[in-house]
Amino acid sequence: MNIRIIKRSDMPKRQEIIIRIAAVLMSIVFAGLILVIFGLNPLKIFATIIKGSLGTEIRIQQTIIRAIPLTITALGIIVAFKMKFWNIGAEGQITMGAFGATWVALNLPETLPMPVMLLLMMIAAMLCGGIWAFIPAMFKAKMGTNETIFTLMMNYIAIKFVTYLQYGPWMDPNAGGFPKIAKFPANAVLPSVFGINIGWIIMLLFVVFVHIFMNYTKKGYEIAVVGESVETARYAGMNISRIIITAMLISGGMCGIVGMIQSSAIEKTLISNIAGGYGFTAIIPAWLSRLNAVSALIVCLAFAMLIQGGTYLQVSLGISSAVSSIVQGTILFFVLGSEFFLQYKVIFGKKSVKAETEVA
Amino acid sequence: MKKFLAILLALVMVFSFVACGGDENTDEGSDVQVKVGYIFIGPINDGGFTQAMYEGAVASKEHFAGKMDFIYRENVAEDTQEVKSTALNMIDEGCNVIIACSFGFGDAMNELSGEYPDITFLHFSGAMKNDTNFDNWFGSMEQARYLTGMAAASVTESNILGYVAAHPYTEVQIGINAFTLGAQAVNPDVEVKVVYINTWGDAELEKTGAEQLLDAGADVICYHADSTAAQLAAAERDAWAIGWNYPKNDAGDKYLTAAYWNPEVYFNYALQNIMDGTFVPESYYGTMADGLIAIDEVSEAVPVEVRNQINDIKQQMIDGTFEVFTGPIYYKDGTVLCEEGQTLDRAGIWSITNEIQGVSAI
Repeated sequence: MNIRIIKRSDMPKRQEIIIRIAAVLMSIVFAGLILVIFGLNPLKIFATIIKGSLGTEIRIQQTIIRAIPLTITALGIIVAFKMKFWNIGAEGQITMGAFGATWVALNLPETLPMPVMLLLMMIAAMLCGGIWAFIPAMFKAKMGTNETIFTLMMNYIAIKFVTYLQYGPWMDPNAGGFPKIAKFPANAVLPSVFGINIGWIIMLLFVVFVHIFMNYTKKGYEIAVVGESVETARYAGMNISRIIITAMLISGGMCGIVGMIQSSAIEKTLISNIAGGYGFTAIIPAWLSRLNAVSALIVCLAFAMLIQGGTYLQVSLGISSAVSSIVQGTILFFVLGSEFFLQYKVIFGKKSVKAETEVA
Repeated sequence: MKKFLAILLALVMVFSFVACGGDENTDEGSDVQVKVGYIFIGPINDGGFTQAMYEGAVASKEHFAGKMDFIYRENVAEDTQEVKSTALNMIDEGCNVIIACSFGFGDAMNELSGEYPDITFLHFSGAMKNDTNFDNWFGSMEQARYLTGMAAASVTESNILGYVAAHPYTEVQIGINAFTLGAQAVNPDVEVKVVYINTWGDAELEKTGAEQLLDAGADVICYHADSTAAQLAAAERDAWAIGWNYPKNDAGDKYLTAAYWNPEVYFNYALQNIMDGTFVPESYYGTMADGLIAIDEVSEAVPVEVRNQINDIKQQMIDGTFEVFTGPIYYKDGTVLCEEGQTLDRAGIWSITNEIQGVSAI
């Protein structure tokens, strides 16, 4: 049999909706089958995920706390991806941002007013995250290196660097030999509004910023043009190197802010695992949102629900962490898989023009 | 396409009917007085630390016959976000006691104990506590380590004992030093070689660590890490193994004994106090006497006279007439840890910052 994959030229809105619904139903069926195999009641599990992410005030707060780093990282990734610069280095940029913020928090006097301290920490975090993105951007712009591998490898350098600090020069002498870095003083901890650290306000500001930047500014337009076609951009007389570097500084800077929020509001210190996988996870919502800032916020909230729901699932029903990971993975598999069918169609059998109209 | 959707919908419907089969357990009318949320660092079937803690929880629930119930979460990373979020979800589920079973969970407990004065937080290891609702608990593992050291030294032929260790941190160094003292008491020529893996648990690293020690000539492997990977590595090379945390033999005939925890001793004690309203935070320190600290039955591979010696000293520990850290003891750099004729008290033991003479890296 002959199988061909063809890029779809257009897709009726109705069909798009059907495919999306089918994906959700299929994820329920397959995740449900797996749960039945484990002897668990699938509907109860799904209901628990919803209840666990939105059921009470504490759970909603926890969901939003998860959404903050995810959304801001996704926004940073969007800026780079729009240019078809595959920034897989958010994890490292977050880690370096946290490093910059920690340096400021631990070295400036505790008597500094909180707003000044926090602002300086943010600037340091943006600088460090930005520099970590700038390095691969410069190599790409000047020498045409492969940014996917380059940014990926930069992650490990950043994480190992923090591990070195944790076990070496920055080890807290008051921790009885335990390898950890000292806690931040009180003036370096982000305050909370409505029980959630003010990272959520920063998150909303960034959504507005990225939306306006990408859609209504010259720089944003240039980034999109470079992403569509480098040749076109060059023909139009754009300075491509400069655009790549600017975009990556913004992308890395935003990821750096995530490091600052996580170290200041959550850990209150620096740990090698500060990025906690958000740098990789955020690639999925960035892509699912089709690189749109507002959709990214919505997708990230849904993702955060899945994460918090999974935590609650383990706590309330005592099921193993592996099962909740499998459920999350299955849902993602189908939702991401449906994206493929939205953009391509698969044709079985002989070449026939007629077949193309009914396959879905 | 529509048919396909219809089938899918039908399947989902089928699930909902199966689901209605109902397994709703009723919490109504129960006389549960404490609901405990246990936070575990590893999986509950790791054959080591987390399994010991989990089975302690189960034993405690049996002990209280309906007055205590618990929920738990396994594989929680030692970062504040995970720990706090887990504890908050537990509190939201109605837990009034949180038991955090890892050193790295302490900072999150410390924070939460201030925010939730009605919840009691019990933290394994460390020294953090407050005056109302936050205490820490640990035990004199040095006693059990000393006895396992005696067993190890009695079977070695190479006079090299291998020790896979977690972090170069006081708690771990106490164990290494006690093990070494016990070994030296049986065989003065013995040498203890240590590999640090810089994590509480990572089966792959634990195994490689044990293999490095075996390559360096060790023929007995002891460990301070969460899984039994080091035991497996030892048995694979026909070397002796000593378990830790939980009395699980993963080395067959090569298993000598294990130093382990009976956490229900503490759980029963602390939870009873909470039920009675007499709970006062302390730094609980269990011993061989109260049973929190234990050693598994010693293998017959250990010569009978050493086995008798181990039992004697164990009895003396229970009676309170034997101190593990009795001078003279020197750090490996030659400085004095404990003067001749003196013994280290608990504070002295917990000020240990290095390994003693007889211990070396490979």
